[in-house]
Amino acid sequence: MEQKTKIHAEDGKQEILITREFELPLDLLFKAYEDADIVAEWMGTKVLKLENKRHGAYRFETTDQKGNKHYFNGTIHEFEPNRKITRTFEMENTPFPVQLEFLEFEMMGANRSKLIMQIVYKSVTLRDQMLQLPFAVGINMAHNRLEEVASKGLIN
Amino acid sequence: MNLRRDVFQAIADPTRRAILLLVASQSMTAGAIAANFDTARPTVSKHISILTECELLQQEQNGREIYYHLNAQKMKEVAEFLEPFRLLWEARFDKLESIMKKHK
Repeated sequence: MEQKTKIHAEDGKQEILITREFELPLDLLFKAYEDADIVAEWMGTKVLKLENKRHGAYRFETTDQKGNKHYFNGTIHEFEPNRKITRTFEMENTPFPVQLEFLEFEMMGANRSKLIMQIVYKSVTLRDQMLQLPFAVGINMAHNRLEEVASKGLIN
Repeated sequence: MNLRRDVFQAIADPTRRAILLLVASQSMTAGAIAANFDTARPTVSKHISILTECELLQQEQNGREIYYHLNAQKMKEVAEFLEPFRLLWEARFDKLESIMKKHK
């Protein structure tokens, strides 16, 4: 089976490309980004604000397993239905700086569509850090014996 | 069969990651591993066999008991940094797709 989601991250660049083909008509794919209730459902987040327009903004709130609340926000620079969204993304109360996201939506057929997401980070080092985060976090949540694992070469 | 992909699928599951971390410090029997989970024993056995098939776990016969230990070399190959990030987005987009299919 071919991978549906592809990540392209060139060495030494401060950006990545995420591409995904969906078995969905273009308008339904776009709706998943436009409709606050639907965004909340698939992102697993509470949508506090979602202004789908130029100079608009959004803010999400998620609650982790321990009950801690995390906030994410951004500004919308371009919003063209069924075509593109350009926005910033920021995780509040973290040392990570804001990132820039270009989302392009393409029709592939009556029932097929594609999303191309370009994310630009502040630096190459930061990009690599963000890419590694899910691995580190995933292991951390599974168990807390990180030191033992690290000593066995499980984590570089 | 794409072994590489299967390895990544293996570590995508939280229970299987927990098993890997358990055996990282010491060899354990399937029973001892299962004792650490609330999940039914056959479910844990299934996870162990998936991990063994993709060589993340190695078996060692010790008397009548089979012990499992971590194949650190294989884990190092898996620790390629991009894949968990990709799986995260894959899961997110799979969810989007299945939710939107209901809106058709």
